[in-house]
Amino acid sequence: MKVLVAIKRVIDPYVKIRVKQDHSGVETQNVKMAMNPFDEIAVEEAIRLKEKGLVEEVIVVSIGDKSVQETLRTGLALGADSAIHVETDQLFSSLLIAKILKQMVQKTGSQLIILGKQAIDSDNAQTGSMLAALLEWPLASFASKIMLQGDKCQVTCEVDGGLQTVELTLPAVITTDLRLNTPRYASLPNIMKAKTKPLTVIPFNSFDISPNMDMHTIDVSPPPVRKAGIKVASVQELVEKLRHEAKVLL
Amino acid sequence: MNMHTLVIAEHDNKQLKSATRHTLKAASSLNLPVIVLIAGYQCEAVANEVAKCEGVSQVLLAEHIDYLHQFPENISKLVISLVDGASYVMAPADTFGKQLMPRVAALLDTEQISDVIRIDAPDTFVRPIYAGNALATVKSTAAKKVLTIRSTAFPMIGEQTQSASISHIDVHFPLDRIQFVDLQVSESSRPELGNARVVVSGGRALQNAENFKMIEALADKLGGAVGASRAAVDAGFVPNDYQVGQTGKIVAPELYIAIGISGAIQHLAGMKDSKVVVAINKDPDAPIFQVADYGLVGDLFALLPELMKELG
Repeated sequence: MKVLVAIKRVIDPYVKIRVKQDHSGVETQNVKMAMNPFDEIAVEEAIRLKEKGLVEEVIVVSIGDKSVQETLRTGLALGADSAIHVETDQLFSSLLIAKILKQMVQKTGSQLIILGKQAIDSDNAQTGSMLAALLEWPLASFASKIMLQGDKCQVTCEVDGGLQTVELTLPAVITTDLRLNTPRYASLPNIMKAKTKPLTVIPFNSFDISPNMDMHTIDVSPPPVRKAGIKVASVQELVEKLRHEAKVLL
Repeated sequence: MNMHTLVIAEHDNKQLKSATRHTLKAASSLNLPVIVLIAGYQCEAVANEVAKCEGVSQVLLAEHIDYLHQFPENISKLVISLVDGASYVMAPADTFGKQLMPRVAALLDTEQISDVIRIDAPDTFVRPIYAGNALATVKSTAAKKVLTIRSTAFPMIGEQTQSASISHIDVHFPLDRIQFVDLQVSESSRPELGNARVVVSGGRALQNAENFKMIEALADKLGGAVGASRAAVDAGFVPNDYQVGQTGKIVAPELYIAIGISGAIQHLAGMKDSKVVVAINKDPDAPIFQVADYGLVGDLFALLPELMKELG
C-alpha cells in the first residue's frame, strides 16, 4: 500500500514574521524556511507505518516554486521513498491545493493520505477536509493516535473537550495533531542518501485545473500592538490591581 | 427560498454549544434572515434553545441516528441539500466547524474563509494568519460564502421573546466507511483551554512535574484552565495538549497568567490576544513582560504560595 504525505514549505515557526511595507503579504525573502511542523508529524507517522511493515511506500508531495524541493529532500532524508514537486509560482488556495492533491492521489494509487491539520502560515486548516470531500473518502482530523490493520484504520482524534476514536475503512485521509508523535531528525547518511532518491517535477499547467480563485487577500497588516503594561512590586499590589483596576478577579 | 444566512449549530444532542451563540452574533450582523440547521439525534431540546436566540427566523431540525455523532461525511451533504438561497454558510471555528465547513466549501466548489474575527463589509472579512502575528483582509466573490467564526472575536447572541418556528427535515444521508468507536470526555473539572475565562500557564522554570501542580492549584482556585509553554511540554512536565502557542492552542481568555515563561515568539503567538496578561518571572528582561499588563519580577517559588494565600 502507498501512503501519500502532503507537505508545505513555510516560514520557520521560530522566526518572527514581518509584514511587508505595502501590506501585500508577509516578508519571505531571506527568511529561514522549514517544513510545516504538522506536516513533519505526518511524514514521521507515515515512516513509522512503513517501519512496522504496514505500508510499502511513502511518497511526499509539495506544491510551490523550486524552493519546495529542498523541503521535499528533507522528507526523503527522514525516510520517504520518493517525492513529487508540483511546480507553480502562484500561491494557491486550499481548494486548488486539494484539487491538485486529488489528482496526485489518483496518479500514485495511494490508499492513505496523511497531512498536517493546518499550515502555520495561512492557518486555514482546510486542505485535508476538502481533499476528503473531493475524493469522497472518510477523514479523521486532528489525529493523536493511528492504528492501521488491513483496510481498517482506528484513529483517535483531538476534538474540543476530549478524544474521539473513529474507525475508517480505507482508502482514507488523516490529518495530524501535535500529540501523534515526535518527529525524528534526519541523520547525515540519510541526508546524503536523500539526494539520490527520485524526485519528479510536474508543472501545474499540465493539470486540467483552473487557477482561478473566488477569494483574494486585499491587505495584510500587523496586529494591534499590546500596550506596555506596568510592573507591580508585590503580590498584594498585583491582586489589588486585578480586582479593582482590571476587574478580572471575581 | 429568499436570501438568508445558514448557520450550522454545534451541540451534543442535549445542549447548544456556546460557540454557536457567538457565531449567531456574527451572522446577525449581516442583516439577512438567519436560518439555523441542527443535525443530530433526539436533539429537539437544542432546537428549542436555538429558536429562542435573537434574530433566528427559522430552525431546521434534521434527526437521524446517522447524524448522532455529527460526522462531516454526511452532514456536509445534508448542508448542501439545504443550501439553496443561502448567501452565507457559517459555523463556529472549533473542531466541529473546522471539520465540516471545508467539506461544504469543496462540495460547493468555493474557497472557505476560516477563523473570521471581523466582518468589514458583506464580502470582506478579517482573519488572523501566522497565529495572529498578522491580520489578513480577504474579499470573496463567491455566491455562497462559507465562513467559520472565531468565538473570542464576537459576543454571544441574546434571547428573543418570540421563538422561531422549527421545521423538521426528513432528508437522510447515510454514513459510509466511517464508524464511531468511542468518545473520551476530558475528565478534568477544569474548563477547556480554548474557551476558559482564566488560563494559568507554567514554563520551564517550574523545574518538574511535581512543582507544576502549583500551577494547577492556582488555576483551580481561579476556576481556570491550565496551559504550558512548549519548553514545559518538551521537558515532560505536562502533556502536549496543554501547550499554548503557535503549534499548540491559541487562547484569548479574559485573564492569562504566565508563570516562569520567558515569552518565546512561539508562545506569544498563542496568547497575546488575551484581555489581561499577568507575568511572573525572575528575569526582569524576559520578553513576556513586553506583552504583560501586570508584571511581577521575582522567584515564583516564593511568589506563588503568597499569591495563593492572597487570593484566599
